[in-house]
Amino acid sequence: MDEVLLRSLTPSVLGILVRRGADFAAAEDAVQDALVEAVRVWPEDQPRDPKGWLVAVAWRRFLDATRADTARRRREGRLDEEPAPGPAPTVDDTLQLYFLCAHPSLTPSSAVALTLRAVGGLTTRQIAGAYLVPEATMAQRISRAKRTVSDVRFDRPGDVTTVLRVLYLVFNEGYSGDVDLAAEAIRITRQLAAAIDHPEVAGLLALMLLHHARRATRTAPDGSLVPLAEQDRGRWDTASIAEGVGILQSALARDRLGEYQAQAAVAALHADALTTEETDWVQIVEWYDELVRLTDSPVARLNRAVAVGEADGPRAGLAELAALDASLPRRTAVAAYLHERDGDLATAARLYAEAARTAPNLAERDHLTRQAARLHTLLSR
Amino acid sequence: MAKYLLLKHYRGAPTAVNDVPMDRWTPEEVSAHMQYMQDFADRLGRTGEFVDGQALAPEGTFVRYDGEGRPPVTDGPFAETKDLIAGWMVIDVDSYERAVELAGELSAAPGAGGKPIHEWLELRPFLTAPPTITE
Repeated sequence: MDEVLLRSLTPSVLGILVRRGADFAAAEDAVQDALVEAVRVWPEDQPRDPKGWLVAVAWRRFLDATRADTARRRREGRLDEEPAPGPAPTVDDTLQLYFLCAHPSLTPSSAVALTLRAVGGLTTRQIAGAYLVPEATMAQRISRAKRTVSDVRFDRPGDVTTVLRVLYLVFNEGYSGDVDLAAEAIRITRQLAAAIDHPEVAGLLALMLLHHARRATRTAPDGSLVPLAEQDRGRWDTASIAEGVGILQSALARDRLGEYQAQAAVAALHADALTTEETDWVQIVEWYDELVRLTDSPVARLNRAVAVGEADGPRAGLAELAALDASLPRRTAVAAYLHERDGDLATAARLYAEAARTAPNLAERDHLTRQAARLHTLLSR
Repeated sequence: MAKYLLLKHYRGAPTAVNDVPMDRWTPEEVSAHMQYMQDFADRLGRTGEFVDGQALAPEGTFVRYDGEGRPPVTDGPFAETKDLIAGWMVIDVDSYERAVELAGELSAAPGAGGKPIHEWLELRPFLTAPPTITE
């Protein structure tokens, strides 16, 4: 059975139910039921029209649930009639779903969970597994999120940048589970890019593809991190890079630069370099200048300092670093790296050990501890 | 079956036999240590005795209620805190003896010079639900 097909049909099926007059929360539950039913039935008997099948089953589930619910309230008549099959829903119907699931009234974790379920077609169990929380907790998070957006009008266009932020979160902060969240984020962003013509949507899709291309080389077999400079570039996924670069180029050609296009441009320049030495750091610094201008983010400034360190030498990088807040995450790790490049191994070793103590995750902590250990070993020879 | 918490301390446990900070090991020794820990957890997963394991950042904050309508008071981190938890593993085993045996194995993880750290781990039984039959 094609689970990816099943998931990809989710938003349009949900869009049809909502367009027929079902409220979002009930329709979403009905579609989830239909997906579970499809997983059970399709392996034996795959329907010729999968989408039509899902709509029919979901609509029946919705009517059953509503009937049970409204029998008491004697509102059955209004909802009992199945509408005549009308014209196929337009792309805009599905688009509204993205806006709703990423609505600004939702917290980031709620928006992520709702997007993965209602737009991504994942089950609550899969989402819970991916974010390492109990299934009951995730079920509550999703139903609270649905209640939060229950009063949102479905017919007004939303802000696409909120959707992009949610998809970026899924891609960037996804944990591992049975479901590959990075691949899901790419799939959903691809769907979004097909539904809306927007250079930043294209920029985000390009950014994801370019980073995903390096995935196999980012960790060693023992699970330790491999920094960009030491990755085996021969194992980068060239098809994914080519697609990302192509998408980025047509987005940039429209001359409406945004943060995702700028980040993708940096990733593309890394992808372009066959060896670390061939990296065009001067251009990368220029893209970080754009990114700092667009976002004024301290993380962009920190990354810019690294790029300056490569383009103009470690002393120049350290000078940039001096202007940044000392409490900025990863600043100490960057300082350690630049001091090592500058030949001051003792300072670098001390800073690597300090950075390890404040590392935000285990993989980085282990990596930084190894860096400190490596320099201490060199120094004691 | 009984659940036990294995606690690893940054500070507060008696000093280990092979007590060298990790950034003073060689990179190979660091890798060997990580591999040992991973293998240990994997093996307990296969024997059906692993429940959970997490690592904690060294710096935390103390928080307390400060009365109606006021924000909570926060304090710390305290450099002088005597006891500092580094992480835990929860195991579900048949006996106290098995829990001690496993804690002993975990404490044998290799450190500086590739030799066991002999680190002190704290073993704490869970207080669980009462049994159905009590008489």
